[in-house]
Amino acid sequence: MTKPTDSRRQFLQKVALGGAFAGTFSLPVWSDQTKPDLVDDLPEWMKKPGKGFSNYGQPSPHEQQVIRWISANPDALGNGVSWTPLHDLQGTITPNGLHYERHHNGVPQIDPAQHLLLIDGLVDKPLRFDVASLLRYPMISRTCFIECGGNSNSGWRTNPIQSKAGYAHGLVSNAEWTGIPVKLLLKEAGVKTDAKWIIAEGADGAALNISIPLEKLLDDALLALYQNGERLRPENGYPMRLVLPGWEGILNVKWLRQLRLSKEPAMSRDETSQYTELQPDGTARQFTFIMEAKSLITSPSLGMRLLDNPGIYQISGLAWSGHGKITRVEISADGGDTWTDAELHGPILDRAFTRFSLPWHWQGDYSVLQSRATDETGYVQPTRDDLVANRGTYGFFHYNAIVSWEITETGDINHVYGI
Amino acid sequence: MSTGFNFLSSLLLIACFSHSYADAEHQSLGKPAEQLSTQAQWNLTITPDGKGLPIGKGSSEQGAKIFALKCAACHGPAGIGGSAEPLVGEVGSLTSEYPEKTINSYWPYATTLFDYIRRAMPIDAPFSLSADEVYALCTYLLSEDDIIPTDQELNEENLPQVSMPNRDGFIAVYPDKY
Repeated sequence: MTKPTDSRRQFLQKVALGGAFAGTFSLPVWSDQTKPDLVDDLPEWMKKPGKGFSNYGQPSPHEQQVIRWISANPDALGNGVSWTPLHDLQGTITPNGLHYERHHNGVPQIDPAQHLLLIDGLVDKPLRFDVASLLRYPMISRTCFIECGGNSNSGWRTNPIQSKAGYAHGLVSNAEWTGIPVKLLLKEAGVKTDAKWIIAEGADGAALNISIPLEKLLDDALLALYQNGERLRPENGYPMRLVLPGWEGILNVKWLRQLRLSKEPAMSRDETSQYTELQPDGTARQFTFIMEAKSLITSPSLGMRLLDNPGIYQISGLAWSGHGKITRVEISADGGDTWTDAELHGPILDRAFTRFSLPWHWQGDYSVLQSRATDETGYVQPTRDDLVANRGTYGFFHYNAIVSWEITETGDINHVYGI
Repeated sequence: MSTGFNFLSSLLLIACFSHSYADAEHQSLGKPAEQLSTQAQWNLTITPDGKGLPIGKGSSEQGAKIFALKCAACHGPAGIGGSAEPLVGEVGSLTSEYPEKTINSYWPYATTLFDYIRRAMPIDAPFSLSADEVYALCTYLLSEDDIIPTDQELNEENLPQVSMPNRDGFIAVYPDKY
């Protein structure tokens, strides 16, 4: 077991001194053809015109392996999830085509001209809004993560799942959402004083309904119409969805058709049978709403291999908290015995992905890499042992324990539950 | 000249009286929806007090037939063992080593069963079952574990009164707030 990094400063110094490690590059070679001044040995794409323009750009064909991983019910293909490939991405914004999906009965193909949003129940005047009208309202933009309550649920299993980082923890994505503050529309309808909850309903083939505390909708909830600058993708709720910063994905209702204000929650299937957490004493946590602080090293991670031994590797990952800003991420290379602060890349936004990194000088020894997030409330991401001691293993939802990547002496990477 | 001046001052007024852009001056574009709000397609949610339940009834025997035809392919011939989650059995298992969250072992309200079957099942044809058919399925599933007697027919009056075994099994985690 090697002692991990001494300190980040020393690491950086090592990096600075390590210029000699920089990768090899080819030297120019002179041609001796009949046209002695002809520059030769250029790649073919520099010697002919490139492809024409495109109406909607696509990733390079060389990046075709960067995909969402689909896990659906074979008898009901629209019921399942697809995972964001967090291990293949950098920065903090999830491209729209890679935002995670959770559908209960497929992606409805909604004609926006026929779609309505109804606000009714305990309001002074029930109102309906068509899409064209909503597009005329003042809008704000908010960058935040959305995380499925069931993200990382394989962590409850007895044995660590050997899946790539994104394909075990990628039911979370981060985007800039633009839309109308829901409170603006609620004020227009006039909220009655006895209203405490809102039952939101989607226009999909599951007519998904779920209850949300009115307080959240009067606070920072958005009726989102745009995602990273373009109109929502169908799989993310086109033409409109709720975005509730920091709150579990199921509440961010896609394809939103109705907000009904009520005194009591509906006790719908997705707030009783699902998205509740069974505990060892047989009771279940309900209305858990807020996603706790979490972090994940996306590189190096399972599926990658450390090729240089010894070598300098950039540990990089993501941290987020439904309770506010990330204030600290620590890295351990010895399974949690010693910790070093990672650098947090700004801007550090409230309830959004924060990228962290730390150069790591691997000596070729057996190591266990971990990251541990702290948010502005002081909450520290728990170890798996602590989480399981508190919740048992049948809660299924809200798994946010520290993730451990084992680095073997040969540079292979495995998922482990600690040393 | 004066038009330009007025335009400028109205811009300034908007700037002065807005707390943030989120409250920016705008037109109220919602249209009255009293009528719409009373229509069945906008009243799909059924609450534990039974509000929203349509008139109808169904027997366990009818429910078993519908189940075999429209549900068993995914949920198994008796509500267990298919590709979808188990629906019945395992009552009392929640504190055991291998708890199973079925309708009868876990769900706190029978009204949720009607609400969910009607809006989402069968998964290849939601909203294809009549109210009587949904009541029949509720009766069949709940009688499988003797939560109701096999000869009882559920309807809009007695469904909300069904006492589910795990009715008190849920604890709100933010009781002071939500």
